[in-house]
Amino acid sequence: MLSFVLSRLLRAFITVLLVMTFAFCVLRLSGDPAQILLGPDAPQEAIDAFRERWGLNDPILVQYWAYLRSLLSLDFGMSMRDKSPALQLVLERIPTTLQLTVPALILKIGIGIPAGVYAALHRESVADRGVIMLAVLGFTMPSFVIGLLLVLIFSVTLGWLPSGGQDGWIHGILPTLTMSIGGVGILARFSRSAMIEVLGQPYIRAASAKGVSWRDVVWKHALPNASVPIVTIVGFMIGSLIAGAVVVETIFAWPGIGRLLVVSVANRDLAVVQCLLLVIAGTMVLANLAVDILYGWLDPRLSRKSGVH
Amino acid sequence: MSFVKMRDLRVAFDGTQVLHGIDLDVAKGEAVGLVGESGCGKSVTWLAALGLLPGKARVTGSVTLEGQELCGASRAALERVRGGRIAMIFQDPSSSLNPVVRVGRQITEALRIHRALEGDTARNEAIRLMDMVGIPDARGRFNTYPHEFSGGQCQRLMIAMALAGEPDLLIADEPTTALDATIQAQILDLLGTVRDETGMAMVFISHDLGAVSHICERICVMYAGRIVEEGPVQLLFDDPHHPYTRGLFDAIPRLDGGRGRLVPIHGTVPDPKNLPQGCTFSPRCPRATGFCRDNLPLLNPQPDGRQLSCIHPVPVYGQRPQVLDCRGSAAA
Ligand SMILES: Nc1ncnc2c1ncn2[C@@H]1O[C@H](COP(=O)(O)OP(=O)(O)OP(=O)(O)O)[C@@H](O)[C@H]1O
Ligand SMILES: [Mg+2]
Repeated sequence: MLSFVLSRLLRAFITVLLVMTFAFCVLRLSGDPAQILLGPDAPQEAIDAFRERWGLNDPILVQYWAYLRSLLSLDFGMSMRDKSPALQLVLERIPTTLQLTVPALILKIGIGIPAGVYAALHRESVADRGVIMLAVLGFTMPSFVIGLLLVLIFSVTLGWLPSGGQDGWIHGILPTLTMSIGGVGILARFSRSAMIEVLGQPYIRAASAKGVSWRDVVWKHALPNASVPIVTIVGFMIGSLIAGAVVVETIFAWPGIGRLLVVSVANRDLAVVQCLLLVIAGTMVLANLAVDILYGWLDPRLSRKSGVH
Repeated sequence: MSFVKMRDLRVAFDGTQVLHGIDLDVAKGEAVGLVGESGCGKSVTWLAALGLLPGKARVTGSVTLEGQELCGASRAALERVRGGRIAMIFQDPSSSLNPVVRVGRQITEALRIHRALEGDTARNEAIRLMDMVGIPDARGRFNTYPHEFSGGQCQRLMIAMALAGEPDLLIADEPTTALDATIQAQILDLLGTVRDETGMAMVFISHDLGAVSHICERICVMYAGRIVEEGPVQLLFDDPHHPYTRGLFDAIPRLDGGRGRLVPIHGTVPDPKNLPQGCTFSPRCPRATGFCRDNLPLLNPQPDGRQLSCIHPVPVYGQRPQVLDCRGSAAA
């Protein structure tokens, strides 16, 4: 168990390091923060002073080394724009984003999984066909299209809900809906196929032959088996709780992590972008780790192989 | 009086008829063998009787259990029969156990349903059953998962689970096919012991005529969704009348005969989607005539106590060896 977790942690660490390095290089090779922040008309002296101040004149390896060293002392750098610590800027935005993504995740799980399971239990029925159709529609439509449609219907035409901003929970409804529709579709389809696969297994028939009621066959025999693949998808969704709102936050002018990312990239606010990517990569990797560990708990056969026991 | 009585049981999948009217009786305490090549409908017969076929299957006819009609019975009624009156074990023991549920719990589940045992009582009874079917260290392995058991042990667990409901009839659907020869012999022994101890009836479905003749008193031979010959083991073994039965016996390896006497039946079981005209066995039958190819024979009682559906039965031929001890031959 310990060696399993350690090896996963090592892998997680390497993943984060790679993301970090990649972001570091790309950011530095794709434009000059001094030019962008100070504007095209800035005098050369101001630009030089800016570069000197942020160490942008050093060779990239020296900069990278300095970055790594400051990370080790948990210093994530300063925003070039706000002159405040990057970490603080990022942490401030996280709750704002979670206000959208957590309710969206609850909707995805609360609607997607039951719909998929219901469809699998009533295969070929009208309800099943309906679920498949809506699910495919849900996850093939890009979220900006869904967002614009919802705005068109509920804000422009009906005038029921605000189309943007962050002024109380009512502003969160449309972005949350927009974000959850695709996930509901994915989970519904995935749960349906996982459940259908499990229902065709010999142990389901054997359980019925034993006299187990259909309800218990579904709840105690089929669902625990189907949960293994479903958990993978939910894990991905949890991993993107922080990063998954970029498009939707932009559409609805929601001042969360996604918006911060877009603005900071546009301004080449190096420390902030790097810190954001670190946080995003970190949550994804942690979610994956949690899923791996959960697998071993859900399916005893897997725990044997990977050494969890 | 028959314990289970099937009359004109028919099953169709998506419009394709796979069972063409099965009449079969099982008396209390009796052991009946159901033999025939793959795909002739042995499993479907009993899955239909217990209502375990998928929803797309159309089942008609009648199956009664001490007078209670099972065909078309409510889900609740069938659930009371399954496991409690009629239990069933399957061909692939390893995948018949739920991989994510501890084996002990899978047995106590049946104890709770059929005998209302809970807690420690259920636990102790489950351990006793595991012990009885020959799981070593039953107490210690109560909390383990199916993947920690071998195929043979999984089948033992399935038998323990079937016994948990104290059924009057056990359907063993090729319980040894997926196991290797020594283990097969052990499982057959176990089934024999269980039957001696509980006195329950048994339907033993198998390709292995040797094993069937060892365990059962009576044999039903099925071909392409019909019973073609039925009678006491020794009668069919000594003197098979249907050319298909004869063919099945001739295809058993014999200890005394050597390899040369193995006679396979040529050809394969017809596809239920397009069955041949007349007697469905006629294209493979060495004795078939034009009449056979045009006319479907019915299953008729014979003077010697068997039932037969054949127009040109095999003439009496003597000097068959005695029924083989197949546990011996399987282990050899
Ligand atoms: N779920 C199903 N859907 C469609 N056809 C089926 C289904 N189950 C069985 N059949 C068909 O019914 C026929 C009888 O099958 P069955 O499983 O009863 O054969 P069997 O005699 O038990 O053979 P085996 O020895 O291989 O187990 C076969 O032609 C099979 O293809
Ligand atoms: Mg079968």
